[in-house]
Amino acid sequence: MTGALLAIVSAIFFPGIILRVKSIAGGRKGPGILQPWKNIFLLFRKSSVFSTTTSFVFRLAPAVYFATICCALMLLPFPGIPSVMGFEGDFILFAYLLALGKLLFILGAMDTGSSFEGMGANREALYSMLTEPAFFILFGTLALLSGHLSMQDIFSHFQFAGEFSLITGAIAIYLLVQIAMIENSRMPVDDPKTHLELTMVHEVMILDYSGVDLALIQTGTNLKFVLYGGLIANFFMPVNTYWLSATAAVHSSPFTVQMLAVLVNALIFLVVQAVFSAAIGLMESFRARKKLAKNPQFIVTLSSIALIGFILVLLLTRNLIR
Amino acid sequence: MEQFFIPAAVLGSFLILVVPGQMRYYFTLALILFIILVTSIPAAIQFFSPLLTTEFRPGSEFTVSLTSTNWTFKGYLGELRFTIDRLSSFFILITNFTVLTGILYSRGYLKAYANTKNPAQFALHNFSYIWLHFSMLAVLTLRDGLSFLIAWELMAVSSFMLILFEAEKRAILKTAVNYLVQMHIGFVLLLFAFLITESGTGQMSFDALPAYFSSHSNIGLFVLFFSGFAVKAGFMPFHTWLPEAHPAAPSHVSAVMSGVMIKMGIYGIFRVLTSIQSDWYTIGLVLLIISALTGILGILFSTVQKDLKKILAYSTIENIGIIGLGIGLGCIGMALHNPVIAVLGFTGSLLHVLNHSLFKSLLFYGAGSVYRATHTRNIEELGGLVHSLPRTAGLFLFGTVAICALPPLNGFISEFLLYAGFIKGLSSGNEYLSILFLLIILTLTLIGGMAIFSFSRAYGISFLGSPRKEIHVQPETITRDMILPQLLVAFIILGIGLMPMAAIAPIASLVANTFHPGPIPSNLFFTDVLNKLSLFGLLLISLVTVILLLRSRLLKNRKPEYGPTWGCGYTEGTARQQYTGASFSGNLSELAQPVLQNHEEFRPIATEDIFPKKRSLHLQTTDIFSKGLGMLTDLSWLVLKKLARLQTGNIRHYILYAFIFILLIFALLYLKLI
Repeated sequence: MTGALLAIVSAIFFPGIILRVKSIAGGRKGPGILQPWKNIFLLFRKSSVFSTTTSFVFRLAPAVYFATICCALMLLPFPGIPSVMGFEGDFILFAYLLALGKLLFILGAMDTGSSFEGMGANREALYSMLTEPAFFILFGTLALLSGHLSMQDIFSHFQFAGEFSLITGAIAIYLLVQIAMIENSRMPVDDPKTHLELTMVHEVMILDYSGVDLALIQTGTNLKFVLYGGLIANFFMPVNTYWLSATAAVHSSPFTVQMLAVLVNALIFLVVQAVFSAAIGLMESFRARKKLAKNPQFIVTLSSIALIGFILVLLLTRNLIR
Repeated sequence: MEQFFIPAAVLGSFLILVVPGQMRYYFTLALILFIILVTSIPAAIQFFSPLLTTEFRPGSEFTVSLTSTNWTFKGYLGELRFTIDRLSSFFILITNFTVLTGILYSRGYLKAYANTKNPAQFALHNFSYIWLHFSMLAVLTLRDGLSFLIAWELMAVSSFMLILFEAEKRAILKTAVNYLVQMHIGFVLLLFAFLITESGTGQMSFDALPAYFSSHSNIGLFVLFFSGFAVKAGFMPFHTWLPEAHPAAPSHVSAVMSGVMIKMGIYGIFRVLTSIQSDWYTIGLVLLIISALTGILGILFSTVQKDLKKILAYSTIENIGIIGLGIGLGCIGMALHNPVIAVLGFTGSLLHVLNHSLFKSLLFYGAGSVYRATHTRNIEELGGLVHSLPRTAGLFLFGTVAICALPPLNGFISEFLLYAGFIKGLSSGNEYLSILFLLIILTLTLIGGMAIFSFSRAYGISFLGSPRKEIHVQPETITRDMILPQLLVAFIILGIGLMPMAAIAPIASLVANTFHPGPIPSNLFFTDVLNKLSLFGLLLISLVTVILLLRSRLLKNRKPEYGPTWGCGYTEGTARQQYTGASFSGNLSELAQPVLQNHEEFRPIATEDIFPKKRSLHLQTTDIFSKGLGMLTDLSWLVLKKLARLQTGNIRHYILYAFIFILLIFALLYLKLI
């Protein structure tokens, strides 16, 4: 739950930082950090325009999309504080919750009967299908390395998994950043600024949404970003349960130590989120998107890298070649 | 008592043929209810009792000595012995439920044929339906090889009759005959398997298998049994009958066939596995590899179909693959003496059998309603059905979420168990097993992703958007008695999704007692994990409800505007410009071209076409296995034609053949070759 709260806090400045960094890199002054949220609140106050083709699916989709992301947020681990909601194999639920949101989102787009939105829906379905294996292989690797199945335990034990945690961590962070970019329809596969519907993925799917529904979707998308950012932040948190129990034995007042440790972790969490958003802003400013036809290739590469990472871990930890 | 049940039921089934008009349906329903009552009570006692008795304690050694229910029926020719043990009780309960919803659904579904079909055809249909039910129950309870094979054959014949309901269509006739032929290939394989058992032990029965397996190699006979059962279950490459037969049959029959009849193959595999003594590892590997292929190719083929029921049929193959993956995982768990993996694998697999029977029958009923109301199953002609058939659309959406294995419904629970098993298995075997398991996890995720792809396509194209073709939709044909059984199924799907313990506890105890995988850990039912899953299910549902309530509160005083879909500045869009099924599957089928072998006929507009003429796009996907099978039959046809030269019609030649044959025998005997 701590992870979820911190993620929500970081969601406040996350989209703003991206925008600001992009505008500065583009030589503009740019809007304030809170401008994206101001836009969303404006949308919440507006009334809606509905296409006559749409049905209950179209109205249900944003609610489900938002709800699944909220549920997934609850699973966000935070080393140092015992997890309330996590359990063995929670990353499976994590991935499948997001998949449910995606399914409804895809159907909501198809409900409009627009060919552009059908195109976007199709791409979203294909890309998420290709991305999912990378996520599962990554977490399978981490589970193998740490010997635990819940995200909380995986990250708590990560730094103690031997000297290989550094290289695995590097691969994992790279993969998570790329997965986050694909899942949130950002630069290498999709461009949120694009003006041509033919080449859009995420933006074209929300063409017909307006008012409260659009606000729900945008809130959900912002939260989804910090969700992945939070996962990445977990790799950088030095304070975990092991460290805590060790220090608690030495110090006379374990509670103060724990409070301090949690504060350090929280600070790191927020800093990583900020750096992540700034990095996205920079990446989007200096990098061109891929050709649409090349996207599947790029995404499948991620799974291959994840597989290489897995075999690497096997090699290092189990002496596959003797 | 039981001496009376079987003759009464058989006699009743023949009475269907003479019961007149309106009464016939109710008579059939009453008979099915009678059978269900008679068989479900002992089955339910078998299945649930270990949970009620004091012997049951999670964490204890947990062997429940439970005698199976035996009914011996003495006829003139000998005696038939029906045995209900815990494995068969589970399958009996599933079978009974789907057969019940099927007959309830058929009332509304078959009404449309009242004018075109004569009463005799209806009578024959109901008669075959009852016999399909009988034979499935017999398959599940008979242990003796010969009577089992007879029941197996009865099952094939009665389902053949059911597929033939619209036999006036030539394609259906051909499909049905193809089905019958393929079923007999499976039958022959099973017959051989039983004969080998008999030659080894002197007894032709499932009960003789432990004796056989303890003195012979296990893998050979298992593979033979597996191939026989795989034809029924639809494992690749034995699946080619399935995508043809399911669309051909009336929808309630497809539901029963896909939901439970093919599961008889799974039952058979489980039945044989209960006797396996060694070779668990090899068996597990074989099952894992075949199932992984079945799963991934099944769902891949489903993404390019345009017949709604064919999409469902291929997804059935995919689900059989998932079930098989669970069985394979269980076998590996047995080989590693790792009870957690074994229980996770077998339990996940059996739970998926139950789950699949539920959501697949729901989806087939939905597809049947679509066919009833629109007279087409081609998704390229459909669209916008959500407005004309809102109830069917809602239920189909529900089924879609369930079959994509998404929370909070039942499909997710069984896949979760399998994922958990495979991930736990990553660190429990050797390194090569870890790599294999990782590849299986990769396969499972790909299957999940493609299922979402395939079903969002099927649902989005046929139910959403606007109609792609002028179709006269008749929503009035979807009567309440077609919706009711679907609601019943949906209710159970949600129940398993939110209270997984209720289904997993008896299944896991069944697995533990049937396979004895070793000392069971105290947390056999993964109680804490399952509680969290149901917590999240409830959380998700309540969150969605709250958001929808808040949304409607926010929008209460705002008047929404309505208009056409945003056409990106183009205002004259027509329904034909919508994304179609073919365009939706386009990019995936391009990626999978080596497997799918798409054939496309299209000439793009060239620069010299000043006045472009009407163009058409023709897309064709062939199942490579059907193609292979076709090549095989062509080849044998060629060989047989050559051999036909021997058949001269001249009696002297035939005498010569006999003479040569005798000479050959003598020669071989002399050389001590035979």
